[in-house]
This record gives sequence, structure tokens and C-alpha cells, in this order.
Amino acid sequence: MRRPTLTTLRARSPWRVLGGFGQAINGACRYVAPASVEELSATLARAHEEGLTVAFRGAGRSYGDASINTRGLVVDTQRLTRVHRWDPGSGEFECEPGVTVEGLWRRTIEDGYWPAVVPGTMRPTMGGCLAMNIHGKNNFRAGPFGEHVQEIDLVTPSGEVLTCNREQNPDVFHAAIGGLGMLGAITRVKLKLKKIESGLLRVDARVGRNLDEIFECFEELIPKSDYVVGWIDCFARNGSLGRGQLHAAHYLHGDEDPDPQGSLHVERQGLPSTILGFPRGKLWIPMQFFVNDLGVAMVNRAKYWSSYFGDGASYLQSHVGFAFLLDYVPDWRLAYGDGGFVQYQVFIPKETAKATLKTLLDLGQRRGFPSYLGVLKRHRPDAFLLSHAVDGWSLAMDFKVTRGNREALWKHFAEMTAIVLDAGGRFYFAKDGVLTSADVARAYGQERIDRFAAIKQRLDPDGTLNSDLSRRALGL
Amino acid sequence: MFTKAIVVGASSGIGEAIAKQLAASGVTVAVLGRRTAELERVCAGSDKLKPYTHDVEAFDEVPDLFAKIVADLGGLDLLVYAAGVMPKVAEGEYDFDKDRQMMAVNVVGAMAWMNPAAARFEAARAGTILGISSIAGERGRRGNPGYTTSKAALTAYLEALRNRCSRYGVNVVTAKPGFVSTAMTQGMGKLLWLIPADEAARQSLALARRGTSAIGFVPARWSLVAWVVRSIPSWLFRRTNV
Repeated sequence: MRRPTLTTLRARSPWRVLGGFGQAINGACRYVAPASVEELSATLARAHEEGLTVAFRGAGRSYGDASINTRGLVVDTQRLTRVHRWDPGSGEFECEPGVTVEGLWRRTIEDGYWPAVVPGTMRPTMGGCLAMNIHGKNNFRAGPFGEHVQEIDLVTPSGEVLTCNREQNPDVFHAAIGGLGMLGAITRVKLKLKKIESGLLRVDARVGRNLDEIFECFEELIPKSDYVVGWIDCFARNGSLGRGQLHAAHYLHGDEDPDPQGSLHVERQGLPSTILGFPRGKLWIPMQFFVNDLGVAMVNRAKYWSSYFGDGASYLQSHVGFAFLLDYVPDWRLAYGDGGFVQYQVFIPKETAKATLKTLLDLGQRRGFPSYLGVLKRHRPDAFLLSHAVDGWSLAMDFKVTRGNREALWKHFAEMTAIVLDAGGRFYFAKDGVLTSADVARAYGQERIDRFAAIKQRLDPDGTLNSDLSRRALGL
Repeated sequence: MFTKAIVVGASSGIGEAIAKQLAASGVTVAVLGRRTAELERVCAGSDKLKPYTHDVEAFDEVPDLFAKIVADLGGLDLLVYAAGVMPKVAEGEYDFDKDRQMMAVNVVGAMAWMNPAAARFEAARAGTILGISSIAGERGRRGNPGYTTSKAALTAYLEALRNRCSRYGVNVVTAKPGFVSTAMTQGMGKLLWLIPADEAARQSLALARRGTSAIGFVPARWSLVAWVVRSIPSWLFRRTNV
């Protein structure tokens, strides 16, 4: 046996089959998980030298192929979890990209701070939140994650470190946030958190008997709420099309919470350990029997009618309990089975939103692909180059993928995409696994894509940074 | 069912026969072996056979060569690992160098090639890996400790790959030939149920084409012998000359 001389990154890095969170899209990648920012920078420089492409991966929470780089190198940033600075006076938090949303709020909540924007799960890393410029249920008010970022450090493949903020390299700042990791490695982030006076939110539940009522109620709740999110029963037809439930929440102030110090305690921010008497860690096992057309139709019906009778309910809920719905059932995605699922989220301008969403819901039913999930949110535009947000509405939908339905389902996506593009809509790369580069150019405008490509050409002229997503959707 | 294949260890024996049979059925085959002249002989006469000189002990060449071959072929749906050596080990001989070579060629080389193939196939939810192991791996035999160990290891490795990837639609096949008339068995005298390499190749490919992650003896009647050999208790087995 010859002494192994596996010196190149290409030869030394082990293979790893990596999937998107939806598990419907996979790729065989070379994989490395650097233990420090220095090691990450060295790895990036080495890959650049070897002509190996690099994609970054945090918690792997993007549903599609954002953190997959077939046959290239995937650099996992989850070990980079140092917190550089936390200042409870100013609410400024400075850390490495592998710190998760959970790591962030656990560190700051007892000082009375909560991340200004969080996604529906606390697992994503700061790097992931930045690369996708994620949004939350308060997008209509707080904007995307990036609006609360004060500064980032970006390491380019050639080893240059760029400090970017709104004064220094503002073009790079607004392109790298939401830039899918295509401009460099974000190695440091400085955030401004939201001051909160209580660990609880006041939540109001409302029901809408169809999409018209849902929209009306949503608009009514927006001015008096910090967060609003809608659940849509995508199985309901005809006069009930688009029926569902809304949850609006607002921060508590002054003496609304009699024990703010108590409610801000980390231990008061837990999720229930059992749901309907079942240990939540194993809940995905019985759930899989319901993740089919019949089961979801039944569950949706039960959920709708229980919300119908709970219409107008008002209660207090912890931040964690309200924000991280997706974490109530860990591994819930496994309930979708071996084929996984695709999440498809559409963003439609307010002028055409209602009619377009009705068309999409109706089309799904007619094609035999009713979405198993429907989450409705309100958005507003922002200053980031590849922003998915429009002044309008978004609907996130989940579609189960099986060996038999893949081709027909992808056709359905193409059909929906055409409708959304005609309505002037956009999509969200964290959820995407199906768009073509032509779709994306139409959604974002060729001019924006060209501007992004020009910045990339400047920072990464050899095209080292690449992923399955960037090749498919941006044509990089 | 196959269109693009890699056959490692195809400059002679079962590997050569597998490469030629695949080419004859229309498969484009990357033919890998250590000896360039032999490879050229194997590939002569068919444009479906593409020679790549490679010593399986050069593990560090595998990542780039694998990528190059897949690019050249425009894809991959079958990897066959047929490289194997069995140097003669005399009575009373204890030669680490021979043992090391058998482990390197018969096992470690297989791992070097099957790793990228398995990753690729698991991600694609399709593909076939065929490993040519041996009935010799069923027991540790006094005649050649290194060889029986290497084949037992290869059989176990293939089983592990099967358990790992078959749920993702990857077809992992173990063919365990008995005696096959190749350079390896030359000069071993009269051998039980000796079959030509062509026949061993045909039966091994038939196992692979089933698409059921099959494990099979070649020919199948060796399964009886294997069952008996496995059933003999150790205190008795050590008194035999098997």
C-alpha cells in the first residue's frame, strides 16, 4: 500500500450526500467543516487555487439546493460559533456566522432583547439568515433580517477581507445580504436587536371563511400588530377557497406583563415537550400517516373548525412559542417520506395578489396538487439587491414529492411560476428548488441580475463561489 | 439498463470479460487497469471501450480520475470493481508485503472507487455498484490468510454499502465467484466447478441487472458449499485443509 499523499482539497475532502431541508433535492458534494474563521479563509483560498467551486452551508435549513454544490466543495460553517461582543446597553450583537437564531436569543433574552427578525424556526445560522436575507411574520413592519444588520465582514476567494456597512462598500453590503453566499464568506456579523419589555406577546386569533375575509381581516390587524401570519386551508373549495386562520401578535409594554423579569427568563421560553400527549421528538412518526391528500384534508378541516370556534380568542404566548412554529415537531419533514417535499413560496404585488392566489389555489386543486400547507404573510420592499420582498403578499406552499409524481409536479410548478411572473411576482431562494434562470431574470429583472453579476465579477472573478442553486437559478 | 460504466481491474480476467460483455450490449465502458499494453489489447476492436491506465494502489489519483471519467462518459450508472490479486502463499510463509498488497488492491482500492460512486448514486437515487468478491471470504482459511481476509472485508464493505444506500435506490451487488479460469488460478491443478471468466462475468452481470441489490455465488451452486463451510465449527474447521 502506498503511503497516502492526499494533499489537495479535492482529494482530501470526503464525499457527503447533502440534501436541502425538503429532502427532495440532493447532491454528492465534497465536504469540509472548518473549526475557525482562519481555517475557513484558508480553505476558501485553497479551493480557489485548485479551481474547486465552493458553496457555504449553515444548518442546512434552506429547502432546496442553496447549500448543495454537486461535485464541488461545501464548507459547513456550523463550528464558527464565537460571540465577539454583546452589549445589552445598545443591543448590539457581534458574532461569527455559525451562531444560530437559537444561540442568539438564548444569549440576549434575559437582557430584554429579541432578534428583530426571526424565521419560523430557530435552527438557521446567522450566515444562512444573511445569505437568504430571511424574513419573519413581521416583514410588513420590520423588513428583512438584513435591515437590522449594521456591519459584516466578507472574505473573498482571493483572501481579501471587506468590511461592509451602509457607508463602507454599501453596494457590496446590499448585494451580499441576500447574495446566497456568492460574493464571499461572511465571517463576522454585527446586528442590532430589538428591545422588549416582556417575554410574552399578546396574540389574537381570527378566522376567515374565505380568502376575501382573510385579506380583509389581515389588513385590519396590520396597523395594530407587530406580527401577523395566516394559515390557509388549501383544500377548501368554491366559496370557502382560501379559508383559514390569522394570528396577530404585539409586544407587551409597561404593566401589561405583571412579571416581565420572570417571562424573560430563558426557561420560560420553552416549547411543550408533548403535543396531544405525544412526545414531540417522535411526533413525526404518527404524522406520516396523515401526510397524504386524505389525511391533510382531514387535519385541515379539523384545524379550521377548531379555529372557527376559537375565533376572537386572545391570549399571551412566549416569543419562542409564537415565532418558532416549525420547531414544535422536530424532524417533521421526515413525515413526508423518502421523496421529501418542495416548499414553493410566491410573492405577489398587492394589486394582483388576491386574484393570483385564488388562481393558484384553484389550479392546485384542479391539477390534483393541493398544497399541504399554506402560510400567508404581508411584505414590504427593501433596499437589498436580490430582495424577494415586494409590496404585497406571499403564500408558502408544501408539496409532497414521490417517485411517481415528480414529473407532473414539476410541470405544475412551471405552470404556477408562469402565473406568478405574469402577476409581477417574485420567489424566495431559501425555498426554491425549481426555478430556471429565465424565470429568475423575469422575476427580479435582468438589470438587477446583471448588477449582481458585475459585483460578483469584481469580488470573485474566477467564479469560485457557486452552488446548485446559483447555477440553476442565476446561471452563474 | 446500463449505459455508462466504469470497470476497475479490467485488463484481464473477470473484469476484462465484464467490460467486453457490457460493450457488446451497447454500454460505453471506461476500462481501468494497471498495464497500458493489456488495456489497449482489451479495448481494441470496440469504440465502446475506453482505456484509462490506473494503478488501484494510487488512491490519491481516484478523485480526479473519477471526475474525469464521468465527464468523458457524460454520466455514470454502473461501477464494477473487479481488481484483485492473490499472490501464492507457501506453507509456513508469513509475508506482510503480500498481505498488504492484497488489502490495498482487493479492499482499499474498492473503497477509494466506491466512495465517490456511492455518493453520486445516493444523491441521484439511482445507480449500480457491482463488487467482485469471492467465496474465499466466507471463512478465514489457512491456505491464504491475507486473501480470505481481504475478500471477507470486501464482502462486509459491500453489505454495509447496500444497507446504507439501497434505501435510496442504489443497487449494490456482491458477486462471489468460486474457481474461475483466469491468471489467478493458473497452476493450481484441477479445481472444483472451474468456469471460464466469460461465464463468471455473465453471471455477475446478471446479478447486477436484477436491480435488487443481489448477493450471489457464481455459479449459484457454490452457495451449498458456502453454507457447509460456514457451518463447520471452528474446532473442526482448523483440522481441515480447506
